Amino acid sequence: MEIPYTVEARPDTGLYNAKVGIWLFLASEVMLFGALFSTYILLRVGAPEGFWPHGWLNIPVGTVNTLVLITSSITTVMAWASLKMNQFGRFKFFHACTLCLALTFVGIKSYEYHDKFIHYEITLNDGKIADGHLVKKTADEVVISGHYVEDRKELFDLRASGATHEHKEIAIPRSQIKKMENYGPWHSTYLAIYFTLTGLHALHVIGGAIVIGFLWGPGASLWKRDPERFTNRIEISGLFWHFVDLVWIFLFPVLYLL
Amino acid sequence: MQASSHAIPHPHLHESAHHEEAGFWSKYIFSTDHKVIGIQYGFTALCFLFFGFCLMLMMRWQIAHPGQPVPVVGGLLESLLGPIAAKGIVSNDLYNSFGAMHGTIMVFLAIVPLAFGAFGNYLVPLQIGAPDMAFPRVNMASYQFYVLGGVVMFFSFFIPGGAAQAGWTSYPPLAVAIPTAGQTFWLAGMVLLITSSLLGAVNFIATVIQLRAPGMTWMRLPFFVWAQFVTAFLLLLAFPPLEAAGVLQLMDKVAHTSFFLPTGLAVGGNLANISGGGSPLLWQHLFWFLAHPEVYVLILPAMGIVAEIIANNTRKPLWGYKSLVYAVLTLGFLSFIVWAHHMYLTGMGITIATFFQTTTMIISIPSVIVLTCMFISLWGGSIRFNTPMLFVMAFLPMFGIGGLTGLPLGFSYSDIHLHDTYYVIAHFHYIVAPGTIFALFAGIYFWFPKATGRMMNEFWGQVHFWASLIFMNLIFQPMFAQGMAGMLRRMADGGANYSTARVPDAIGGLSPHMLQLHTYILWAAVGLALAQIPFILNFFWSINNGKPAGSDNPWHSTTLEWQTPTPPPHGNFAKAPHVYRGPYEYSVPGHPTDFTPQNQPD
Repeated sequence: MEIPYTVEARPDTGLYNAKVGIWLFLASEVMLFGALFSTYILLRVGAPEGFWPHGWLNIPVGTVNTLVLITSSITTVMAWASLKMNQFGRFKFFHACTLCLALTFVGIKSYEYHDKFIHYEITLNDGKIADGHLVKKTADEVVISGHYVEDRKELFDLRASGATHEHKEIAIPRSQIKKMENYGPWHSTYLAIYFTLTGLHALHVIGGAIVIGFLWGPGASLWKRDPERFTNRIEISGLFWHFVDLVWIFLFPVLYLL
Repeated sequence: MQASSHAIPHPHLHESAHHEEAGFWSKYIFSTDHKVIGIQYGFTALCFLFFGFCLMLMMRWQIAHPGQPVPVVGGLLESLLGPIAAKGIVSNDLYNSFGAMHGTIMVFLAIVPLAFGAFGNYLVPLQIGAPDMAFPRVNMASYQFYVLGGVVMFFSFFIPGGAAQAGWTSYPPLAVAIPTAGQTFWLAGMVLLITSSLLGAVNFIATVIQLRAPGMTWMRLPFFVWAQFVTAFLLLLAFPPLEAAGVLQLMDKVAHTSFFLPTGLAVGGNLANISGGGSPLLWQHLFWFLAHPEVYVLILPAMGIVAEIIANNTRKPLWGYKSLVYAVLTLGFLSFIVWAHHMYLTGMGITIATFFQTTTMIISIPSVIVLTCMFISLWGGSIRFNTPMLFVMAFLPMFGIGGLTGLPLGFSYSDIHLHDTYYVIAHFHYIVAPGTIFALFAGIYFWFPKATGRMMNEFWGQVHFWASLIFMNLIFQPMFAQGMAGMLRRMADGGANYSTARVPDAIGGLSPHMLQLHTYILWAAVGLALAQIPFILNFFWSINNGKPAGSDNPWHSTTLEWQTPTPPPHGNFAKAPHVYRGPYEYSVPGHPTDFTPQNQPD
């Protein structure tokens, strides 16, 4: 006996097996990200007054990335529709666009990550805090491009003041440094949830891109042997891609705007 | 591709396997056949069940005789684990490790894989008349992730500092603050196990929705399939939040974030070097959001097995099939909104506690419906008391005891006294040990002839049953008394420090009688271990030497798995089955036999 409904739809459910499978998988993904978004809410509600960061992320960069992902969702649909219309060449073109957009997204995201990792908060022995991006680090001193603050609280809400701070090069002798920490996940719960959420999302983007890349490259030979089955695969991978896109649609306002 | 892969072993599997043993490897190790995968799950899970049981025996020794070397295996323990087991003594740290890993192994590596992975895999496609699971290779991957998770968990015993020590619940900040790497292994192992059960759950649900044979309508599904179907939904939707929580705790452990670490946390008297601002309660919510539905993951497949065996051995239709189906669906839904009854003592307002008390009391209604239907099913039947049926008959009152003793824990006011005591241990072990495990034993005895073509020995089966029943009760019954006397769980000395023998006028101290019970429990546990010897020997001996089953359907059952060749070949059915009737048409008046298989035309 062969396994039925691997390609054609079962009459009473109207679905082929893999489509049921991917929707179930996405349901569990909703629960996964749902738990992480709940974590975000709980941490934010529990943060002391004035210590939940605002304006730490670059909104224009985030907006560009949002547009990149939305466009990639459109090209994904177009790629699938091209197969439905039996236009394999157009499929190749559109999914090539999807792949380029995916790589662009990951590239922009890694730029943003890098920017956080070279951003340092340095507490001096006299209690002053220097905050800025690392210029150079030697055995005796640390040079950052940034500014001094008296109260740590000033670092948390940058919506108004962030742009107006004058950034100058500050050289700090190592002997004066009490604590030096970059803006990695260990810095605060905001950055912790930021890196976890966007990192997990980026893993989904990379995983999706690998699958789409396989179907675009070596996996595309299935089109000649079993076009219907191949089209189904593009549909399934597309559904996953839309989900990944949708997660970002939530992530962007939650992390960048609110 | 999946469709073709079950007829011929897939080529790339051959390449990855050893060439000289290609047949063995592709047939038993990299198999995509649901029955082989089911047996793989079953065998691995039984090994972990035994391992988890051995951990418990050593813990019981330590509780009964604190600080004395473990007899027989003490030397081995020291040579394997090093200083943590110096002189063959289960040190306090090692006791904590054993406790945490006993829970983890029993729940995630033994019972669930046995109930869901093994029985579900083997039986669900057969019972719905399908040739295999919907995604055979995903099924194989599910098993491989499970093994990988098990290996990580097992290996963690041998790293410096030993395995995780913060309990199977892994509450932070303790779990994060313990400086050894055991917890990191635990978290990595959990992520693998969760991946495994996710793949399994997707596969089960898709299979039941898509691959039911023609005529197999929803209300003609055997109750076992319904139970597995709901179980799969619980795994699908409840496990991801724990995966999220596991990732977050892994971040706390590895990337030094503070998701679960509060501001001002002091470890060993020093302020921890962390950003703080996290919430320990958050872990508990995420953990119990999984772990309460997990309770039903443990019990629902067992109920499914019990229902099949009752109907078969009473030779009567299951009483209230529809009520059972709706009850199990209700159980599944409600199990998502009761989780915080595990947290009455960790801080929540009266209003929230009231909500969770209410839902907890409501969820006992469908459980009682299930149990009642099964009891009434016995009424007026001419019952065949074979080994599977004996285990099932014991399941009913044992699960009843476990369920009813849960009610005082569901109310916040009585829970305050009983929380974290041996009462809780006794309560949930009654559900899982003489409950679920008895149902699993029943299932093994019952479906053994289908998988092997031979029966297990009836006499030694009954010896196994009666001895297990007696010793199970001798182990867990005294714990109710200890718990009500206030003995806390998770104490490496079994509460000797709180004994009135040590501090005579201590208020609420433990009387020596309560501590004396530890010795009885230890010997009962040893008795339970001995009681498993007939089972193990019977199991392996019967594979090749048992009495031949005589037919494909030795129990005269109605459901589809018995209407196949024995053992079922790859692809299951000789010809595609068509279903004409409900699952339990036993003793239909006017019918020549006392059972009518589902695929028999009118």
